[in-house]
Amino acid sequence: MSQQRKQWPLYEVFIRARSGLEHKHVGSIHAVDARQAVEHARDLYTRRQEGVSIWVVRSSDITASDPGEAEALFEPAKDKIYRHPTFYSIPDEVKNL
Amino acid sequence: MLAQAAGGVPLAQLRYTAPLPAAYDTEKIDRRLVLCHIVPEDCGGFMYTQGLDSLGADCLHQATDAAALEQRFQSKVDADDRIEPKDWMPDAYRQTLIRQISQHAHSEIVGMLPEGNWITRAPSLRRKAVLIAKVQDEGGHGMYLYSAAETLGISRDELLEQLLAGTAKYSSIFNYPTPTWADVGAIGWLVDGAAIMNQIPICRCSYGPYARAMVRICKEESFHQRQGFEIMMTLARGTPEQHRMAQDALNRWWWPSIMMFGPNDAASKHTAQSMRWKIKRFSNDELRQKFIDITVPQAEFLGLKVPDPDLRWDEATQHYVHGPIDWKEFEEVLKGNGPCNRERLETRRRAHDDGRWVREAALAYAEKQRARETQAA
Repeated sequence: MSQQRKQWPLYEVFIRARSGLEHKHVGSIHAVDARQAVEHARDLYTRRQEGVSIWVVRSSDITASDPGEAEALFEPAKDKIYRHPTFYSIPDEVKNL
Repeated sequence: MLAQAAGGVPLAQLRYTAPLPAAYDTEKIDRRLVLCHIVPEDCGGFMYTQGLDSLGADCLHQATDAAALEQRFQSKVDADDRIEPKDWMPDAYRQTLIRQISQHAHSEIVGMLPEGNWITRAPSLRRKAVLIAKVQDEGGHGMYLYSAAETLGISRDELLEQLLAGTAKYSSIFNYPTPTWADVGAIGWLVDGAAIMNQIPICRCSYGPYARAMVRICKEESFHQRQGFEIMMTLARGTPEQHRMAQDALNRWWWPSIMMFGPNDAASKHTAQSMRWKIKRFSNDELRQKFIDITVPQAEFLGLKVPDPDLRWDEATQHYVHGPIDWKEFEEVLKGNGPCNRERLETRRRAHDDGRWVREAALAYAEKQRARETQAA
């Protein structure tokens, strides 16, 4: 008989490795609530002092772009190469530019 | 594919449903996998994932329906680009990965048992602290891997059910007993050593989440191997009785460790597909040879004798040549007739059942707290 399935919710875990660095996604974890997610994330992802700060967020609360539409989504930036410094040709004798 | 009107798609929805063909019922994935693809005869060479790279013909057939998508997918793999959870992937690729990653995860979890057996009897406080840390790491590795498997559209509960029901495989190495303290040393040195040999190439696996989990695991695994070797070194240099204990452990763990790399290449039918998908990067025999080449000198350093009368150094190839492997034994253990198969699963089931009230109480408590907060607001 299939038992009543009630899985602990999934959280995504972000860790700041050192002060001065951004929080970075490291993986996910199951927990009953956010507080427990932080504790479990500590046990799972920082056993060797990999972090000084942890963020957790319910996976279901994250909105992501659709890879199927990536082409269209990122298309506007494609033809704007003038946003890069190398677009501009400057004579060699001009320094510090 | 996925039609979405404006803006974004919730991550959870993408992770769990978007890449699956419409005909796929997520709830049923596990059963389909279990029924059609675990073929013990060909364990395929993923040491922690035996019974694995054996693709059912039906899977391959399904995949041909999406020929164009598949071609794009394959060129991505060929270009050493990574596949991420939300990307389109052939059904057979997804299923192979679910099986491989989950069997790997199960192996980490079951792998806690033979060594956990020695935590209360470790010979010193230092050894005990180290062993607890190591066993905790194995549990952590299982968690990383379950998370990676979950990105493919299968739930943690389904994965655990497969393990407890005995329908999923785990590495047969963990079905051998650990009667002496030297076994803890031998496991770290040989079993973790063989695991590292197998896992390092998977750090470059085409599937992003699996590769990332493996990077994390490999970083931690090195401590496991070194602490094991240190235990062996202490025993080998100890009293004659301790030396005998170390030799006895090597005698019992050598061949099972060699067999962890899976059947000979000639007998491993599906290596080619896994290589094409870049899930696997070296063949079973290549990895086995590398392991033997680095391990034999380590045994010599310890003053221990590798239990293979045919073992010899071949000057021409610059490799060791080993004697014949007893695959009969391997198959028996794989079939469930190893010394500890039943005991291992029973222990896992008992732990799962005994922990049920904790899982349920924690969830009920969290729900109550949430309800109170909403009421107060």
